[in-house]
Amino acid sequence: MAITLDQTIAHKQQSWLAEKLSSQTFWVLVAVILACIFLSFATDSFATSKNLYNITRNVTFVAIIALGMTLVIITGGIDLSVGSVLCLCSMILGVVMHAGYSIEVGIAASIATALVIGACHGVLIAYIGMPSFVVTLATLSIARSLAMVASGNTVVFQFGPDHDKLLALGGGAWFFGIANPVVYMVVLALLTGFILRWTRFGRYIYAIGGNEHAAILTGVPVRQIKVAVYMISSLSAGIAGIIQTGWLGAITTNIGTGLELQVIAAAVIGGAALAGGVGTALGAIVGAALIEVIRNSLGLLGINAFWQGCFIGGAILFAVLFDRIRKFRQSE
Amino acid sequence: MAVLELTNISKHFGAIQAVNDVSFSIEAGEVVGLMGDNGAGKSTLVKMIAGNFSPSHGTMRMDGAELVLNKPVEARRHGIEIVHQDLALCDNLTAAANVFLGREIRRGVGPFRILDYASMYKRAGQIFAELKSETRPRDLVKQMSGGQRQAVAIARTRLSEAKIVLMDEPTAAISVRQVAEVLNLIRHLRDQGIAVVLISHRMPDVFDVADRVIVMRRGRKVADKRIAASSPEEVTGLITGAIEQVA
Repeated sequence: MAITLDQTIAHKQQSWLAEKLSSQTFWVLVAVILACIFLSFATDSFATSKNLYNITRNVTFVAIIALGMTLVIITGGIDLSVGSVLCLCSMILGVVMHAGYSIEVGIAASIATALVIGACHGVLIAYIGMPSFVVTLATLSIARSLAMVASGNTVVFQFGPDHDKLLALGGGAWFFGIANPVVYMVVLALLTGFILRWTRFGRYIYAIGGNEHAAILTGVPVRQIKVAVYMISSLSAGIAGIIQTGWLGAITTNIGTGLELQVIAAAVIGGAALAGGVGTALGAIVGAALIEVIRNSLGLLGINAFWQGCFIGGAILFAVLFDRIRKFRQSE
Repeated sequence: MAVLELTNISKHFGAIQAVNDVSFSIEAGEVVGLMGDNGAGKSTLVKMIAGNFSPSHGTMRMDGAELVLNKPVEARRHGIEIVHQDLALCDNLTAAANVFLGREIRRGVGPFRILDYASMYKRAGQIFAELKSETRPRDLVKQMSGGQRQAVAIARTRLSEAKIVLMDEPTAAISVRQVAEVLNLIRHLRDQGIAVVLISHRMPDVFDVADRVIVMRRGRKVADKRIAASSPEEVTGLITGAIEQVA
């Protein structure tokens, strides 16, 4: 009997490696890597720089919003409005720039729109106590409708004097041939990861998802944190909207339709638990990557695109099922 | 002078009178057992002292100065710590994160401050060692036993120089050995001059550790006696209403 109390306290039950190995995010990452290796050998066109450029860029829009969504999901909420908010923010950007204003004004207007929407969500959810599902479901409808009103339901493809700047912002590749959206995604992912791990704000987000009542009792400013989280979620949709506008070079009122489900799928595949309290920035990116790799590979392997939904749905079920089985084993 | 003095405190929620005209005082280094049946108003009373509710009527004084609390944070600032009945733990966080929840140690300058994990693990470890509890700061609370969870909740009260510690049913859901540990901890707090309010259903615990017992029934205080001058039989009678009231 040589183990003292101090040694017991200093010890940790699970080692760092064991912890990583037991996370859903890790296994999804393994799946993504294996799929990439398989596709590199199985097809000639996967491991080409053009295809990789496409994949990485396509991932970003879902991934950026999934970062914001992950924060909401960690607090135990949901944001169904992101697809419509993306559309509205793109449209505001387009309409403002089309009217002859500079790109700075357009982006500011677009970001402000996103923040106002997020603040409304946060206040209705945290202060009035409405369910996040209902509030954001309403905005899903409202934001797209407003986008139609703002544009007269037309396609906007001329962005005034700063037209080229906007296209370069979203469609260019300023660093080492990496598509700009990818750079934005990496920066935002690092920022989100940092916030979650190293700031008090991040700690409180997990605390609210783990036990909201406990968070209130210990003096965590739960309402303010929730408002901030919904603002970040809308902001991430707005940012994705701005980048996507620059990349596509045109905005229709149906962009981002159904995007909320892809985003939620990415977050969940990446390990975020809809019950709250669990989720990471890396998970959001990895989840979005898996979805994009599945999408891309079906095309390359010559499988009919109609099957896409089945594979993505299967990935959602499989990722969560895998996690359940692992937990059953642990509890035995 | 009393460290905490309540005068004619009442609290009603709509038509429900949860606490009705209760007055008492606590001295430093005193352990007071607060007893009563479910719905007697104990928890409401404690939540007022902890700053969760403000009283509908009456005043609270701390060291002679009037005490007005609007938030739990303000109660803490005055040296009032509480161990909640449900422990108020987040299962998805580590023991250390739970201990420091709401008052994390951070390092850095100005707005650029990050969580100081090392300091929090170290301090939490020291507190657990002080409490003689085999609780690991880095482990998730999810994986912990009832006694360890209790230790985490109690460790929170050791972060600051507390004057009063309120404990809501600290021995309700733990093993016999752990009950003894918690009672020892209460004595440990008392010896340091901290006033402890122990809310409990368990007669033996109160008679073991408390100096004084206050009994509540249907929102009113019906007894406030030295433990030595009372008996479990009398207290049971007061709780159930078989004995109406004693001086």
